[in-house]
Amino acid sequence: MAQSRAASLRGRLADYFPTIAIAVGVILAWEFLVLAFDIQQFLLPKPSAIFGEFTHQVNLWLTPGERSILFESSGATFWEAFGGFIIGCGSGVLVALITSRWTIVSEATMPFAIAANSVPIIAFAPIMNNWFGITNPASKMAIVAIIVFFPTMINTVRGLTLVDASQLELMRSYATAPREILLKLRIPNALPYMFSAFRVASALSLIGAVVAEFFGGPRATLGVYITQEASAFDFAKAWTAIMMASIIGISFYLVVLFAERRLMPWHVSLRGE
Amino acid sequence: MAEQSRDIAISAQGLNKVFNPGTDEEVIALQDINLEVEAGEFISLIGPSGCGKSTLMRLVGDLLQPSSGELQVRGKAPRQARLDRDYGMVFQAATLYEWRSVIRNVQLPLEVMGYASDERRRRAQAMLDMVELGAFAQHYPWQLSGGMQQRVSIARALAFDPAVLLMDEPFGALDEFTRERMNLELLKIWEQTGKTIIFVTHSISEAVFLSNRIVVMSPRPGRITEIVDNTLPYPRDFNTRSAPAYIQLVARVRDLLRDAIGADAAQDGEGV
Repeated sequence: MAQSRAASLRGRLADYFPTIAIAVGVILAWEFLVLAFDIQQFLLPKPSAIFGEFTHQVNLWLTPGERSILFESSGATFWEAFGGFIIGCGSGVLVALITSRWTIVSEATMPFAIAANSVPIIAFAPIMNNWFGITNPASKMAIVAIIVFFPTMINTVRGLTLVDASQLELMRSYATAPREILLKLRIPNALPYMFSAFRVASALSLIGAVVAEFFGGPRATLGVYITQEASAFDFAKAWTAIMMASIIGISFYLVVLFAERRLMPWHVSLRGE
Repeated sequence: MAEQSRDIAISAQGLNKVFNPGTDEEVIALQDINLEVEAGEFISLIGPSGCGKSTLMRLVGDLLQPSSGELQVRGKAPRQARLDRDYGMVFQAATLYEWRSVIRNVQLPLEVMGYASDERRRRAQAMLDMVELGAFAQHYPWQLSGGMQQRVSIARALAFDPAVLLMDEPFGALDEFTRERMNLELLKIWEQTGKTIIFVTHSISEAVFLSNRIVVMSPRPGRITEIVDNTLPYPRDFNTRSAPAYIQLVARVRDLLRDAIGADAAQDGEGV
């Protein structure tokens, strides 16, 4: 058992090897090109400089009595993104459940939802700053929530309504109550649709939070940190913040992916090997 | 038994079904259908596409409502029979819920109907054993072959012990070899359970092999051409398919179907 697990781990590493090799190759080439062409740090800092700044921030963060604005910013931005994600996805699913109860309502609201989904909602960021206060995290959460609401609602309505006709006939032949059809057929049928929305939403929520912060926010948030360090020509710091935003975004996505695999072991896309 | 009055499971009199009545797309799907099915009979509905055989099955199952005529199932309106959970249905696609394991698929109707959980498990396992899939209870549908999935779907239809089994081309998507094996298994199940079965099929050999009466239908408008009695003795097995009586009956049904299609073609040829 242990042996086979070790073997499968080695097998997995072998699967990931090309990806890792490409990542390492790109970073090495980046470092080398910056050196070879003597590129100025405000155009593109070396990966080693970014990594040096990162370890410096980690040290600050771990040293008692010191502060790491970078890590405080990352935490603050994460909570804005996460809060917006929960509010937006939660209400998206809720509204979908309510409207799909009546075909007429969901058919009437869908065109608006699809239209709203194409609106650049980030443009409302200054207005949200006015509504909730520029330093209030709620102003960023609101933007994130609105951004993720529409794709979640649209996908969930699709999942609840695009049910195989013979599955419905089967339920009809059992004289099943509508509530049971919702619980036993429509919601499980909608899960893959919902998770594909959540995956998109996880990436969108971080983008939404950081870009909303570009329009102003507390000092310790990634968007503000990036704009300030960039205007102070401290590009290693700005890039480190971008790196943190990327790490948070990717981790968020992976958590959603993991939840999807745990909740839907049956799904086509997850039938491994 | 013989002295007992006949126990009628399904009775149709002057049954008509028109789709989109009064419009350009009006289609007379069924015209003047008269049919009586005794309890415990195995009836096949056979005919070319568009003859209304699936429509007839759906009327019986209350998935569609007749336009006119009388239809009764076990002395009740089809709707009442459906509410009384008299129907087990099997479709051409197995329509298993991919998020449920095999045994939980079989339990689905029992959950809906409010059976207690140990009773659900007991029945579902018994049904899976009957279709010889007892060992696959914890598998997911995608791990099974098409034939196995269809057996699960039959187990699911029988789990709540409905009086009538409605089967709409259940083996139509299977290869010939699997299909013949499934035919044998279905006959075994029928002999064990004594269900009334309405079986819609395209296959002449399947209809002749399985049923004790064959309803031959013709298209446009869908109507019954002839009801053929099938006196081949049960139990039937692989040898049945080479018996002279079987071969004669297959030839007879084929002729009837050819006539039905021919008459239709002739009608089309005459034009208006």
